Amino acid sequence: MIRELHKKLINQEITSEQLTSDYFDSIEKRDPQIEAYISLNKEFALDKARAVDGKIKNGEEVDLLAGIPCSIKDNICIEGLPVTAGSKILENFVAPYDATVIEKLKKCDAVFLGKTNLDEFAMGSSTENSAYQTTKNPHDISRVPGGSSGGGAAAVAAGMCAFALGSDTGGSIRQPASLCGIVGLKPTYGAVSRYGLIAMASSFDQIGPLAKSAEDAAIVFSKISGRDRLDSTSMNMAEKKYEDLLGGADISNLKIGVPKEYFSEGGLDGGVKNLVEKAIEKYEKLGARVVEMSLPSGDYALATYYIIMPCEVSSNLARFDGIRFGQSVEKEKTEDNLVLSDIYFKSRAKYLGREVKRRIMLGTYALSAGYYDQYYKKAQKTRSLIKKEFEEAFKKIDLILGPTAPTPAFKIGEKTENPLEMYLADIYTVTANIAGIPAISIPAGSVRIEDKELPVGLQLMGKWFDEETLLNAAHVFENS
Amino acid sequence: MLSKSEVQKIANLARIEITGEEAEKYSRELSDILGFVEKLNEADTEKVEPISHITGAKNVTREDKVIEASDETKERMINNFPEKKDRFDKVKAVF
Repeated sequence: MIRELHKKLINQEITSEQLTSDYFDSIEKRDPQIEAYISLNKEFALDKARAVDGKIKNGEEVDLLAGIPCSIKDNICIEGLPVTAGSKILENFVAPYDATVIEKLKKCDAVFLGKTNLDEFAMGSSTENSAYQTTKNPHDISRVPGGSSGGGAAAVAAGMCAFALGSDTGGSIRQPASLCGIVGLKPTYGAVSRYGLIAMASSFDQIGPLAKSAEDAAIVFSKISGRDRLDSTSMNMAEKKYEDLLGGADISNLKIGVPKEYFSEGGLDGGVKNLVEKAIEKYEKLGARVVEMSLPSGDYALATYYIIMPCEVSSNLARFDGIRFGQSVEKEKTEDNLVLSDIYFKSRAKYLGREVKRRIMLGTYALSAGYYDQYYKKAQKTRSLIKKEFEEAFKKIDLILGPTAPTPAFKIGEKTENPLEMYLADIYTVTANIAGIPAISIPAGSVRIEDKELPVGLQLMGKWFDEETLLNAAHVFENS
Repeated sequence: MLSKSEVQKIANLARIEITGEEAEKYSRELSDILGFVEKLNEADTEKVEPISHITGAKNVTREDKVIEASDETKERMINNFPEKKDRFDKVKAVF
């Protein structure tokens, strides 16, 4: 889609201004129902679009992303614009600087339409934890779009932006991509700078694209990846234009592993299972070798995640204390005799949501004196185990295939009462974050439920920093 | 099972004020999750080192050089203070 739009732009068949207005029109039409956007930047976007049109008119060479309208998850900072992270504690907070990914997209002259909804601080799998609104799935508005990047996924699926940036800590790009029927890429840990992303769990968080196709995801990934001095965990990458490496239709050298454990778990929906099996057949027909494999430690993945992640959350969210930024009871002046600690206790109590508090407390407990070895250290060891298992597996195979999510989109309200049940939505996606490997969700078909076609995603996981093989396998699948 | 008073203690460490009713709810929910993660005790990690960094990065350093933020950035940071006096962040007394 991006390439076609780009061609039309440089051939002056359309202008970016027109394209951008068209997207705002469709937002105006559909978003009151879907509620994907938290905020829009119409003037800002149209100014940028006109500037790109000017460049094209002057015959200047422009980037592939120039003039292409996109949306940004509202936990990524754009200087001068509000950024809420889906939390009341950051209501009215204005980002003082650009995230590195934003700086990079600005250099490409991409057009930012607005900021999209998410579960508060990216903690959730449905956007129901957003303090502002619940985004609806464009395929059935009684259902969730997935999360936490549910706003971005719904916006792409409903034609309210050409592509979106999201973030993925335990599946937050791939699971909503699966539920909304689009492509979502979680890059290798360290491939994309996290500077300017509001941190949730720093050893898992990665920014990545949500897009209409693997090629679009590749284009965006090429632009946003690479080492950044402002994120010491970002890595030097060979500068590649991933989009130009696609199209290797011959995948006969490709060896794909399918973990048997993925199909023995009780929670896997029959319709999803069926579509994943069909995908396996398709890859075999295309010439890939599909082998059964085993990842026994995967059984510990979700438990490992639900220790390490809250520990990191409790530390990262300590900064929201009502002192330097964000909402604070200090502003309210209701009680005059408050001391400093009251500001912490009351601001956090009032402006943080339930799931966020739950995770902060869980992490605080797991890291507290006497429990550290039992929980945190133990989980860091099982994390080692899981990573080792992947290292061994990738000596024999190139990719791992399975479902992205255990079920298609679930009903709004269906899982909000029981946090553990919601956590199970991430069962297939968390392992990639635990091991730090890249993974992509691509549409595998749909199942019919209550007269609605609900999309189902297929997940591919690849070797560390081998996004090329991953994207190519996704591209080949899409185009055959 | 986490008791209500343990939950109050954790909330205190986390600097979050909670009511007695909330403590009861959190005690149930946190106990459920802790019960779930007990699963890790089955894993044999006798000979396994805890992971330090997932892609193996070690001692990443950079030049110790100050890069001045733009005036706009500085003003924006100051404007984000909940309470301020001139260009200072105004806070309550510690005691």
